[in-house]
Amino acid sequence: MPEQLVFAMEVFLNGLMAGVLYALVALGFVLIYKASGIFNYAQGVMALFSAMTLVGIMEGQVPFSHLINAMLGTHVHHFGWHLPAVLGILLTMVVMVGLAWLVQVVIFRHLVNQEPIILFMATIGLAYFMEGFGDLMWGAEIKKLDVGLPQGINLWIDETTFNIFDYGFFIDNLDIVATIIAALLVGVLVAFSQYTKQGRAMRAVADDHQAALSVGVSLSFIWVMVWSVAGFVALVAGIMWGTKSGVQFSLSLIALKALPVLMLGGFTSIPGAIVGGLIIGVGEKLFEFALGPIIGGATENWFAYVLALVFLVFRPQGLFGDKIIERV
Amino acid sequence: MKTKLLTSLLAGIVAAAPAFAELTFSSLSYRTGPYAANGIPLADGYADYMTLLNERDGGIGGVKTRVIECETGYNTEKGVECYEATKGEGVLVYEPYSTGMTYQLIPKTAADGIALHTGGYGRTSAKNGEVFRNVFNYPANYWDGASGAINHLLDINGGNIQGKKVALVYHNSAYGKEPIRTLEVLAEKHGYELSLLPVDHPGQEQKSQWLQIRRDRPDYVLMWGWGVMNQVAIQEAVNIRFPMENFIGVWWSGSENDVVPAGPKANGYKSLTFHGVGNEFPVLDEIKKYVVDAGKAAGAGDQVGTVLYNRGMYMAMLHSEAARTAQKMTGNSDVSQGDMIKAMEAFEMTEAKMVELGLPNFGPSFKVTCQNHGGDGLVAVAQWDANAGSWNMISDYKQSDQSVVAKLIAEDSAAYAAENNITPNCN
Repeated sequence: MPEQLVFAMEVFLNGLMAGVLYALVALGFVLIYKASGIFNYAQGVMALFSAMTLVGIMEGQVPFSHLINAMLGTHVHHFGWHLPAVLGILLTMVVMVGLAWLVQVVIFRHLVNQEPIILFMATIGLAYFMEGFGDLMWGAEIKKLDVGLPQGINLWIDETTFNIFDYGFFIDNLDIVATIIAALLVGVLVAFSQYTKQGRAMRAVADDHQAALSVGVSLSFIWVMVWSVAGFVALVAGIMWGTKSGVQFSLSLIALKALPVLMLGGFTSIPGAIVGGLIIGVGEKLFEFALGPIIGGATENWFAYVLALVFLVFRPQGLFGDKIIERV
Repeated sequence: MKTKLLTSLLAGIVAAAPAFAELTFSSLSYRTGPYAANGIPLADGYADYMTLLNERDGGIGGVKTRVIECETGYNTEKGVECYEATKGEGVLVYEPYSTGMTYQLIPKTAADGIALHTGGYGRTSAKNGEVFRNVFNYPANYWDGASGAINHLLDINGGNIQGKKVALVYHNSAYGKEPIRTLEVLAEKHGYELSLLPVDHPGQEQKSQWLQIRRDRPDYVLMWGWGVMNQVAIQEAVNIRFPMENFIGVWWSGSENDVVPAGPKANGYKSLTFHGVGNEFPVLDEIKKYVVDAGKAAGAGDQVGTVLYNRGMYMAMLHSEAARTAQKMTGNSDVSQGDMIKAMEAFEMTEAKMVELGLPNFGPSFKVTCQNHGGDGLVAVAQWDANAGSWNMISDYKQSDQSVVAKLIAEDSAAYAAENNITPNCN
């Protein structure tokens, strides 16, 4: 087999894996948009905040320690414990549920029936608040996140492909884990929205707030639940991306990677987020592989948007989005 | 009536009296935003050294120092706003810690007659003081760094890197592209094969670049990165099992922040440097005693001795010593912005002076002249010891290849002078 074709196969597989990581971020956007019509600008910051909280809880870091020490002249930094990852994740979820409740009570309860642009702007404010609040709470330094996920080359794939193609493929173990977790997550989310009472209520709210209210669905409860689930998805994304790069401010910028995925997959479809992520991941990687060296490289960021725009020309609602028909 | 007259007279005297003299410095900091983890130790080191001078020595030549800190978030527009907002305060020298801001501030500071110092970054050709009269980039610049990296490869290969493959992974920005021309010219001279791998901002996804490195198998990888790009690149290098001792970052890719997330497998990664690393310097003990323990630290006091804290402190030392030079040159304890430029142009740093300041072997000795605002281009290499959690110097300071770098600087500065109608001069 030609060498370039073998390399392209490796790039294709890595593109799929990268696409799964993009999809993880996009999922959080989709969940909130489906249930409330809000484009949550703060989703990336939620991933950062949840990952910071996870590291802080696992490492026994005292929240607001810099502030406390500056005000009281103390030198407290750590509680002195190191918690296992599972417990840390559970406690972080408690924090994210609390955050969801606060977001609902303090912000969105007062914005029911407001224009989508108002809700969007509220999430911009929320994002900036959480950025600063997270720094104040846990500090701005880069934190190592280790929840026991494997990293580095998968030797089995390396050896197997070497035996077949005389060239071992590089696939990161972390990407494989991310793929499995994303598949499970999508399965659970789809099952939740299709087969549970709360899931059906969520879909009802997504279809028509007022109709759902009239049949006794609590809008407030549904929104808290959706923001909590989005918080959980953000935590999963934060763990995956934070394990790769350390937990730091730039995690909030992963939202930029989700935008073309959403444009392509549609804002209202969970499978769309996955398929969109895979198309973007593979498309940008193959384009970089094939044409990057010729046109100077660093094509991935802009090519993802170009690809999404090309799809939009033919399907403005995205691949899986709901077609909006407005009759005059 | 008498009381009113007396009060008015007193008020008049107070208003007419000169304010207490201060030597004002600026800190264009970024304690927030995507680069906060790097900006905090830089700003802390700068502020803490100035505080040390006030607390221990009563200032510089008996005049207290004042640092005006302005938050930029590493945003060029905010940096320019900070400059405009603070330049009227009598700031002696600006140090923006951003190449983007530097490019914006070069014409502004030239028009305002204020010194601009960009140690280890900024516009490399500003080394030519005949063109850039108020800009200084001692003790080293990016092109010194590029040459320093190749010098190191020559050292570890017995002086011959003919046929070696060298890849440059760089931030796809003006900063990241800085070393390319130098590396290309050096490739012609030494016969190595250079490949270029740009990474788009912010650099969280670098799979394509590292798959290519895995396919091409370069002998060495150089990195011009910043922020999250550094951590991801080092992690990806670990993932593809690239030998860490063959991976060399510029000094902006060589702090604790960059290697810690990758854990023990980052062991052996190398970084260029133009100043000392570690906390074994007497001046750091003084900072702990007079500043941190006294509760006067700019930050939490937990960054003392880290690479970027040391760099911020080093810049503060260079600025304060330039102000001291200005005092000696003029015979006045107060220093004007014009005095500061003259003093920086006559600045000399010697090992004896650094020993006296509690910084033995911390940085290279150099002398600034009108023709040379950038020092002698001395660059060393440090290596990360993951087990000890510390950087260690593994080479002496060595001068960059001036036959290449000086020529490139002359070309670039001449082009700038032509574009801006500047007649190079030392008057």
